[in-house]
Formats: sequence, C-alpha cells, structure tokens
Amino acid sequence: MENKRLIELVNVTKDYDGDIALENINLYIRDGEFLTLLGPSGCGKTTLLRLIAGFIMPSSGQIIMDGKDLTAIPPYKRRVNTVFQKYALFPHLNVYDNIAFGLNIKKLPKAVIKEKVTEMLAMVNLSGFENRYIEQLSGGQQQRVAIARALVNEPEVLLLDEPLGALDLKLRKGMQIELKRMQQKLGITFVYVTHDQEEALTMSDTIVVMNHGVIQQIGTPVDVYNEPKNQFVAKFIGESNIFPSSVMVRDFLVRINGIEYECVDKGFGNNKAVDVVIRPEDVDFISPDKAKLVGAVKSVLFMGVHYEFTVDCSGVMWKVHSTDYVEPGTVVGIEILPDAIHVMKAQKAEEEVELTEEELMERDLVREDAE
Amino acid sequence: MKTLGKVFKWIYLVLTLVFLYAPIFVLIVFSFTESRTMSKWNGFSLNAYREMLSDAALMDALKVTLIVAVVSAVAATFIGTVAAIGINSMKRRRRMIVENISQLPMVNPDLVTGISLMMLFSFIGLSSKFGYLRLILAHTTFNVPYVMFSVLPKLRQSSNMLYEAAMDLGCKPTKALWKVVIPDIMPGIISGFIMAFTLSLDDFVISWFVADGIQNLSIYIYGLAKRGISTKINAFSALMFVVVVTLLLIVNIRSMREEKYAAAQRKKVAKSN
Repeated sequence: MENKRLIELVNVTKDYDGDIALENINLYIRDGEFLTLLGPSGCGKTTLLRLIAGFIMPSSGQIIMDGKDLTAIPPYKRRVNTVFQKYALFPHLNVYDNIAFGLNIKKLPKAVIKEKVTEMLAMVNLSGFENRYIEQLSGGQQQRVAIARALVNEPEVLLLDEPLGALDLKLRKGMQIELKRMQQKLGITFVYVTHDQEEALTMSDTIVVMNHGVIQQIGTPVDVYNEPKNQFVAKFIGESNIFPSSVMVRDFLVRINGIEYECVDKGFGNNKAVDVVIRPEDVDFISPDKAKLVGAVKSVLFMGVHYEFTVDCSGVMWKVHSTDYVEPGTVVGIEILPDAIHVMKAQKAEEEVELTEEELMERDLVREDAE
Repeated sequence: MKTLGKVFKWIYLVLTLVFLYAPIFVLIVFSFTESRTMSKWNGFSLNAYREMLSDAALMDALKVTLIVAVVSAVAATFIGTVAAIGINSMKRRRRMIVENISQLPMVNPDLVTGISLMMLFSFIGLSSKFGYLRLILAHTTFNVPYVMFSVLPKLRQSSNMLYEAAMDLGCKPTKALWKVVIPDIMPGIISGFIMAFTLSLDDFVISWFVADGIQNLSIYIYGLAKRGISTKINAFSALMFVVVVTLLLIVNIRSMREEKYAAAQRKKVAKSN
C-alpha cells in the first residue's frame, strides 16, 4: 500500500456562519485505496466528501490533487465522480442516456460511448435495461445505474455518499461485495462515506473515524478495531467494555476497578489515569477459583453466532461474548489475558462521549445494584 | 336512508352544475338561432357564424388577441421560469418575502393593475404607436406570477442533487440547468405557458385600460354589445368558451395522467422489489 498520495487535505476547515462542520482536517488519500469516512450523522463526513467533489469550498485550508491545488477548481473540471446518497439519477432520461450523460458532455464519438456504456451495463449486471426509465427500476437497480453513471467516466477518484443506505440488509451485503470487486478490478480510488461500522470494516483499506467535525483516528480496519485511539472510537466500532477511571501503574501493569492486570501497553508513565478497552470476545469464562475477577451471570442474549452475557462483577457490568452457553445466575471467573487489554490515553471530561440509551440503562442498573 | 342521501347528493350536484353552466349553455344555443337578435328562437342556422367570419373588424381583433396571447405567454413563461429558479435557490427568509411579493399581482384587482399600467405607459411615453407593445407588456406582467407558481412546485419536487450530479458529470452550471433541471420541470413550464395563454385570451379589464390604437377581442365585443346585442357575439363567445375549456382540459388531463403514471410506476417498483 505504498502508493503515491493522490489527494491531500491540508488544515481544511469548513464552517457555516460560525457553525463548524469540519475542524482542521489533515488527511491524505493514496492512489487506488478504498478509504472510508466513518462516523455518526452530523460528524462532517458528507461535508468532507462534498469538499472533495467541489460542491462546496473550504473556509480555510487546501485540497491538493496530484500536486495541484484543487481549492478553486469547479466540480465539472475535477477528475472525480460522485455516487449520490439518493442516487440523483435523471428522471427524464432512460438508463442508457443516464450512463452516457458524462460521455455525451465530453462529446465522445457515438460508437465509443455505446461501447463504454454497454460494457458498464454488463459490469453492473444491467444488460438489457438500456431503455428502461429510472422510475421503472427497483432501488437496487437504481443504485447500480448510479454507480455505472459515475464509473463510466473513468474518474481518478470515486466518491460514494452512503450509497447503500436505502437498500435492505441482504441487498446491501451483496452490493458491498460487488463494490469491493469493482474497485479492485478497476483500480480506482474509492472514498466511501458511511455510518455503518460493519460496512467500513469489511470494505476498507483505510478507515477515517470522525466525530463532531474532527478526525478521531485514521488506520486500517484491524488498527481501529484492535487499537482504538480513544473512547469514542472504541464505542463506535464494535462492542466494548470501557473502563474510564483506570490507572497505569507502570509499563505492562494496569489497574482496572482495583484489580491489577498484566498488559502489553507501555509508555504512559507511572500511576497515570488511562481509559481501558476490553472487547467482549477477547475474554473467556474460567472456573471462579482460578480467576482474579469473579462475577455472576446476570443475563444472556442469543446473537446468532454467539451469546452475549452480562456479568455482574461486584457492581461493574462486563459484556462477554462466548459460543458456550452458561445459565444465568452461575458464578463465573473471567480470564483477561494481557493482549486482551487495550490502554488508551484518558479522554478529557468535556470530550466525554455521549452514551447511548442502552448504555445509560446499563449504568443505571449498576447504580441500583450498588445501593 | 343511504339511497336517499345518494339522491340528494346527485340533486345537489346537478343544481350546482346547472347554475354554473346554464348561462353559457343559453349563449351557445342562441348562437345557432336564425334570428338576428338573441331574444327569439326562429330555428337553427349558422347565420351568426357566417356573419362573424365576414366581420373584418372582428377578425382583426382576433389577430390582435392571438398575437398578444402568444407573445405575452412566451415572454411570461421565460421570465416566470427564470424567476422561479432564482427564488427556489434563495434562502428561506428571502424566498418567503419574494414569493409573497410576487403573489400580490395575482390578487390585486384588475382595475388597479389596468389603471396603473395605463398611467405608467403614458408616463414613459409609450403612445398609441406602440399599441401591440402596450398590450403585450401588460399581459406579460400579469401572467408572470401564474407561470412562477406553476413552475415552483415542480422545482421543489425536483432534487437539487440533480443539478449537482450534472456538474459532477462535467456540465458547467448553465449547461446543467439546460440538460437536467429544465427537462425535469418541463411539465410545470408547459402548464404555466398554457395558463398564461388562456389568461391573456380571457382578459378584458386590464386590456381595456391599456389598449390604445388597437382592439383585442374582448374590447371589440364590449363595444359591439354597447350598440345592441348581435348573435355574432354569441357565436364568437361560444367559440372562445370552447377554446378556453379545451386548453384547461389539456392542463388538467396532463397533470392527472402524470399522477396516474407516477402511481403506476410506484406500484410496479414495489412489486419488483
């Protein structure tokens, strides 16, 4: 993945009359990679995409493509194409003319256009649909026309704004694989916006996690999952047990809820406050007499592949994933191996992540139990 | 009880329609009378229509009316469409203000519009030499808001994304407008044009104040009526009524068919999913 940097954003900020949508974004996109902008709605991911497309201008900072400053270049001169959230297909044109639109604007010879459009239709499995009008297509078919309409122009970068958001789960899974296949076949750089962490993890080479207009972490899917930089990333991607008021006793030793564990992290200093993340699938049940941490199984949820247990360890709730069933009420030991523990810099109080309803309920349960 | 209710419903409907259309019906019937005045029915004939066609002044007035209607409808369609596109891209507050201001001429009494236009034209020195221009300007003025409010809803339905998509695919802004936005709102533009054309054919009050040196149909007929009613007026009014009704029917059928088509498509898509 040591390809050249195709697009670079330098200190990009965007505000709308003082409301900051993006704050000091620094990011580069490598040639040929599948980069995903991931975050909750309102985190600025779509704004970032629209900046790259050229529909809006940054309030300050620079967007550089192939070494040239793109900032003042209008969208119709940029070598990027967009797949819009609601497709934005042209209702007065049929499928063929929709896909041929960009090529017609470039005034390519009719024969060339026909060849390219036909090839594109085959690629998105819509051969024979040339003369259909947009409203005669299902959502999934419209989606594929939108992708074909953008890709036929052979852009250097394809921008996709939550392209699968309107499709049902099964169709979405299928399209994820399709998109990834097309991207690898064509070698085009994809910049993909989504709020679906699973989608991001499956498809991306690089994930950019965003919140409140600020980049939280840039990394490979494995990086952001296994080594989340802060509480937000840990909570947003995957399930997790987060322990904010933990203490790094010294290198390779961390104290969580009063119990010391060996870990693999270092460099935080001695007796420093840290946040700790432990993924529910990284811990195991063992017999209580062998474990440092003992608790009673409070509830069990069947999740399909595994069970999700909530274990009450003297008032602290632990989430544990396991394929083996344990009866609620059973007293279990929880084994935490050093590499299951991930230590992060403590997030400041004002950056405190908003808790979901589920988490709030959980927290209230803990309080009730403590009383 | 149920059937009784039904009967009353029908009676009510028929009465309403009779009340609305009886005068026009009488007018049309009497356009086929033998007699030269409209008080008597002496038997069927097309005399009135023959007389109408041989009236050179009437034919001149018809020419004026048609020229003014076509030119003013075209001009109003252009101005109204451009205005609608502009208004649609404004921010909320400004859009509300401009929309309301543009609505005013539609509710303003024709009398006031007519007199003020007459005064304006004499003030800027548009004399009777510019008879056509005076009428066309006046008709364009009152037609513009109707076109605007026929185009605006279409624009609101149309996604702003279409414009962006066109630019994304290489169109400059003006080209994006032509290639994508205008075709998308075309039904609204056509309805607006027909509406403007119809209103222009219809107008009497404003034309009466503004016309100078030329006469359109409504003014001419008004003049004739003052001198005593002739059946050729009936004949002519009957024809005009038919034309206007046809145009209105076209507008309504167009929008109905579009709705039906859209509904059918939605059903089809739902099924194929």
